[in-house]
Amino acid sequence: MTDAGGIWSEANTTPGAIDSAIRQLLQEQYARDEACAPARVLNLVVVVDREWRGEVLNRLERVGRYHPSRLILCAVEEGRTTIDATVAITIEDHAPGEPGLVRERIVLDLGPRHLEGLDTIVDPLVVTDIATVTWSPHGHPEAVDALLHLSQVILVDSINEFDPGAAVDRARDLAQEAYIVDLAWLRSTPWRERVASTFDPPQWREELGRIDSVTVRHSPQSAVAGLLFCGWLAARLGWEPGSLLSADGSLHGKAHGRRQDVSLKLEPDPTMSVPGLAGVELGTAGGMSIALDRGPGGLTARRRDRKGKESTWTVLGASRGEAGILGEGIRQALLRDPVYAAALGRAEAMVG
Amino acid sequence: MAVAERGNPLVEGLERLPIHPTSMVIFGGTGDLAHRKLLPAIYNIAHEGALPERFNLIAVSRSDIAHDDYRAMARESIEKYSRRTPDPQVLNKLLEQVRYVPGTFDDDSVYERLDEQLKEFDKEAGIAFNRLFYLSTAPTFFPVIVGKLGDHGLSRHGEGEVRAVIEKPFGTRLAEALELNRQVLSVLDESQVFRIDHYLGKETVQNMLAFRFANGMFEPIWNRNYIDYVQITAAEDLGIGSRAGYYDTSGALRDLVQNHMLQLLTLLCMEPPVTFTADDVRDEKVKVLHSIKPVDPDCTVRARYTAGMAEGKEVPAYLEEEGVPQDSQTETYAALRLEVDNWRWAGIPIYMRTGKRVARKVTEIAITLKPVPHLAFESEGSIGVQPNQLVLTMQPNEGVALSLGAKIPGTRMRIRPVNMEFLYGTAFLSQSPEAYERLILDAMRGDATLFTRDDEVEAQWRVIDPILEAWSKGSPPLVEYTAGSAGPEEANKLLEPGHRWRAI
Repeated sequence: MTDAGGIWSEANTTPGAIDSAIRQLLQEQYARDEACAPARVLNLVVVVDREWRGEVLNRLERVGRYHPSRLILCAVEEGRTTIDATVAITIEDHAPGEPGLVRERIVLDLGPRHLEGLDTIVDPLVVTDIATVTWSPHGHPEAVDALLHLSQVILVDSINEFDPGAAVDRARDLAQEAYIVDLAWLRSTPWRERVASTFDPPQWREELGRIDSVTVRHSPQSAVAGLLFCGWLAARLGWEPGSLLSADGSLHGKAHGRRQDVSLKLEPDPTMSVPGLAGVELGTAGGMSIALDRGPGGLTARRRDRKGKESTWTVLGASRGEAGILGEGIRQALLRDPVYAAALGRAEAMVG
Repeated sequence: MAVAERGNPLVEGLERLPIHPTSMVIFGGTGDLAHRKLLPAIYNIAHEGALPERFNLIAVSRSDIAHDDYRAMARESIEKYSRRTPDPQVLNKLLEQVRYVPGTFDDDSVYERLDEQLKEFDKEAGIAFNRLFYLSTAPTFFPVIVGKLGDHGLSRHGEGEVRAVIEKPFGTRLAEALELNRQVLSVLDESQVFRIDHYLGKETVQNMLAFRFANGMFEPIWNRNYIDYVQITAAEDLGIGSRAGYYDTSGALRDLVQNHMLQLLTLLCMEPPVTFTADDVRDEKVKVLHSIKPVDPDCTVRARYTAGMAEGKEVPAYLEEEGVPQDSQTETYAALRLEVDNWRWAGIPIYMRTGKRVARKVTEIAITLKPVPHLAFESEGSIGVQPNQLVLTMQPNEGVALSLGAKIPGTRMRIRPVNMEFLYGTAFLSQSPEAYERLILDAMRGDATLFTRDDEVEAQWRVIDPILEAWSKGSPPLVEYTAGSAGPEEANKLLEPGHRWRAI
């Protein structure tokens, strides 16, 4: 919950006027309430289609405690030639005696003609000396390219690209210029954690070298999340994957492992209505298997040992939902994942 | 080399590292701590997907109730005290794994039933679960429970690890702590024992280590050449509430100084550890405790509150609080001056104070630097140059503030102190987990860094015991302070000339 701290808006405005307005609103806020302090975590620059502006703002509202400290939302409207701006200062609810955190939200209505030079509009508006994260969920690659030199982090969701190959290529290109946080990758985090856990006891760890099959079920638009999951296994276990081929609506292929080849299968699950993975199953040459599927209260785990004995249990954990994934993406922008790049590289081999 | 011997290659880059499947047993499962802290903490760990992939919970307590009755109680506690609204599906699944064993802690049949239940969990899963025994009981039961665990073969478990978390207080005097250590370590190895001080699980306290050892700018001044004095304050605006039974047998010195405040002192004064592994960190902390000079009773103050005002309302005196005996001699305020007698800190007074029902709730460490050697500035008409003060605040507003001298705008060269302030909340997105969440996970993982080692707890008592001994003989006498004030006047007598307590 937040309190309104002050609002300013102007049609046909300039970055200089917006910058002055932010400073003025902050001064007024401090004059009203000394017990507040500006949050200075990161700038988030979001480029969206004008008609989805409200939805994206709502989604950002729901990220809970992972709010950026300064949000600059650029809403692109076909045919627009001028810039309109609204600046809002909000103060987070706080206990008596504790300082309230001040956040700034800048919404710019602009046209496609502004995108190539978007950096010259946004640059005066970002808080210096803290990280700037750029997110462009509706495409607009020219805007992202323009903002690259201002951005330390690019937030992408590779599942937004229709073609998994194009998604991997785009993420790889951006990774040359900035640190990438890929929401498609974060969707696989609980699955990666659980698979790592399953093989952690010493008596199971030896089986990592004997994995000979991986099947990933995913929501129909989330093949790239499955690719990244397989890419992660390949990178961590030293597999060399080949291209996957499409058959029966699924992607099939092989990775060359140290001991044996590993068959890979990415299978869309039409019953899955939310983005991400629906289940993973790993089999070993020794006849063991472990399957994880979405279930009530967490992931349903099913393990079969060499003698065919099965056991089932629930790995507890709440679903994060799409708002949770976005919030996690914002949080990850200030961390550094040492594994994503390698997983992306192996995924690239699978779609090459 | 086999994969099993090389370590798990899949954990690279994961924030949450795997924890071996665990069966946790809470002795005192119907107690206040279990309901308010432990069960909600376990739920929150489950919610975040951070519990071991397989997890069971057994509560042991005297109430003769069935599994389902206990599950209903646990659900109610979690719904009431969890820091987030529980997800019903996660909660249901967690409660499915909960069992209850009724009985008294000295009853052998309790341990037989416990053993059966633990074995059943192992058998169902086909693996040896690690076992974590959490002793959330009155301290008198600690040796009883540990002894019975040993008698029933529950202190070892084949391929699985067995660990025991022991709540505070770990003894009430040095002799008691020594005896308790002897009893516990006759059954368990030190590596199996996790003496909990939940204060160490707070992010704010751990930030002390980051502040000191991740910022090169402070190290050159962190010694007797630059620091004039240090004061550590842990003040509470509240009274004792409904805790008279516990508090009157404890008092401020045992309740906060012996454990929490000495932890702050050791983190402030310790040398950089070679690594941040449990033993390296604790070795350095113990060295600090060993370096503390015996405290002269005349350098201590004990006091209790009389009736006064808090938040605009009249509040009763300590002796008028419900459950406090009329002849109580328990202190609700303690202050002392001590010295860490080593190369870095020798000669620097370290003032500590803690009190209930004082003006404000604050926990902080203030480090006052020595004044500059020569003042060329005008002092007339200004507050003048004050020594720099670095204040590390743990609560309520976690942050760091540094006072600096700055020129007052105008034609004359006049100086007054200004504050450079940093609040952690302005720079981090994450909400700090509850201390118990962190510590339960650490104990499951076998990481003892944030737990108190046997020699550490003994060294803490060696500092405190002589003070308690003197106090028991009436030296110095118990004095009084008004509720809602900053504490007793007598605390000022501890200060060396030129030193002063920060305002509470």
